[in-house]
Amino acid sequence: MRDRVEAVFREEHGLLLAALVHRFGDLDLAEEVASDAVEAALRTWPRDGVPTRPGAWLMTTARRKAIDRLRRDRTYADRLAVLAAEGERHEPAPELTDGLPDERLRLFFTCAHPALPADHRAALTLRCLAGLETPEVARAFLVPTATMAQRIVRAKKKIRYARIPFRVPGPDELPGRLPGVLQVVYLLFTTGYADERLDLADEAVRLGRILHRLLPEREVAGLLGLMLLTRARRGTRLVPLEEQDRTRWDADLIAEGTALAEAALTGGPPGPYGVQAAIAALHAEAPDPAGTDWPQIVALYDVLLHLAPTPVVALNRAAAVAMRDGPEAGLRLLDALAEDPALRTYPLLPAARADLLERLGRTAEAEAAYRAALALADTDTERTRLRNRLDRIGRDRPVGE
Amino acid sequence: MKYMLLIYAGTGVTEPECTVEDWQAWDKALHDAGVKVSGESLADLVTATTVQVTGGDTTVTDGPFAETRELLGGFVVIDVPDLDVALDWAARSPGARDGGAVEVRPIADFG
Repeated sequence: MRDRVEAVFREEHGLLLAALVHRFGDLDLAEEVASDAVEAALRTWPRDGVPTRPGAWLMTTARRKAIDRLRRDRTYADRLAVLAAEGERHEPAPELTDGLPDERLRLFFTCAHPALPADHRAALTLRCLAGLETPEVARAFLVPTATMAQRIVRAKKKIRYARIPFRVPGPDELPGRLPGVLQVVYLLFTTGYADERLDLADEAVRLGRILHRLLPEREVAGLLGLMLLTRARRGTRLVPLEEQDRTRWDADLIAEGTALAEAALTGGPPGPYGVQAAIAALHAEAPDPAGTDWPQIVALYDVLLHLAPTPVVALNRAAAVAMRDGPEAGLRLLDALAEDPALRTYPLLPAARADLLERLGRTAEAEAAYRAALALADTDTERTRLRNRLDRIGRDRPVGE
Repeated sequence: MKYMLLIYAGTGVTEPECTVEDWQAWDKALHDAGVKVSGESLADLVTATTVQVTGGDTTVTDGPFAETRELLGGFVVIDVPDLDVALDWAARSPGARDGGAVEVRPIADFG
């Protein structure tokens, strides 16, 4: 029964918390009464059975607890009444999800507010919207629980005392604020994915789905598509893309991700997530590396480099050029990029060089480049992948070389 | 909710591009919106003097307390519903341009 209650709570947590925050204007109070409601559920559900609409039951119970709390503490109540009055804005009524008004979009924007430090935003989003407990959030960021607890307390303190509002930015502010929300979700995804902590990557996908349902903007579709298409290659990613067993890719996720990528590039100028999703979709639809539409991929990287001119994008573009025009062309671009100080400690640069050198049969140089990449690699996943490549070169090398 | 907007001038070599008219327009907008509580511009930095009392001894020194790259040039206190509105007023201030910066600080409420 505890598992059943916890499963329901986790599923409904963001919804419940967002509705309570909207009703009472205070994150701490909302969290306190939400967990009170879960305790009550743990007591009464085993006796009376699970209610037909568990989310609505939790909401009613939590609201009652909050009103009790406010009756006991008048000063607190007066403060919140002021907040609620000032927070009143004319906005369309939110849609109902499981019988609860869905206020989660506000909470997404509050948790990812630019006035909060970047690492606090991701932590707060995991805690408030994904419903993770503080120790779980700490594990997600590989920091001690006490550090994470402090981070969350500080973030909540700033929200309360600087009065960061619980609101969805208006249409004029949205282009400036949406990228921050998307960045938080994508950071959670890449953190989980790079480190093979796929439960964290799945949390990010779940958040991406919620966000897309509440705000079907093109870039939100692009982000969700990109995550689904990346996730579709699960279980094969210790192997380089060109050697992956494509029959093990998840066809349903690819279909869904591709449709989202198309939506992201339709009806307006492309955004960086939409373009990345389109690149991932081209990889996913190709039967094998040779059958991949490399000219189209290079063209998309050109667009991406224009939208997000970062050395990492330039590096990926060089790898695509190598597939279109041959390893020599790719190497020339990579060698030009090696001058960039931002890439000096980036392990994927020597790894990409190694790969091209290996294809050109320049084995000794390839080996040196793999070793350079190995020295810079910062995840076990990446180190394992590079060692596999080194072993292979070693095996192929004629004795005595 | 009251916020103080601390307006820091950039000390870059480039001449500020915003004019007296820009400042007047911002001030008028604050008044027209009914959000301005108070505000002052500070006189030139060379006129600043710092006082510290340590163990009963008063020390007076020439110059500002903190030597920073950016100089506090003035402040405005506004009363607005939340941080987003305060940040929006800060972004509209000429002081946020040309290498300057506007720091937004909530006024502590001990009530």
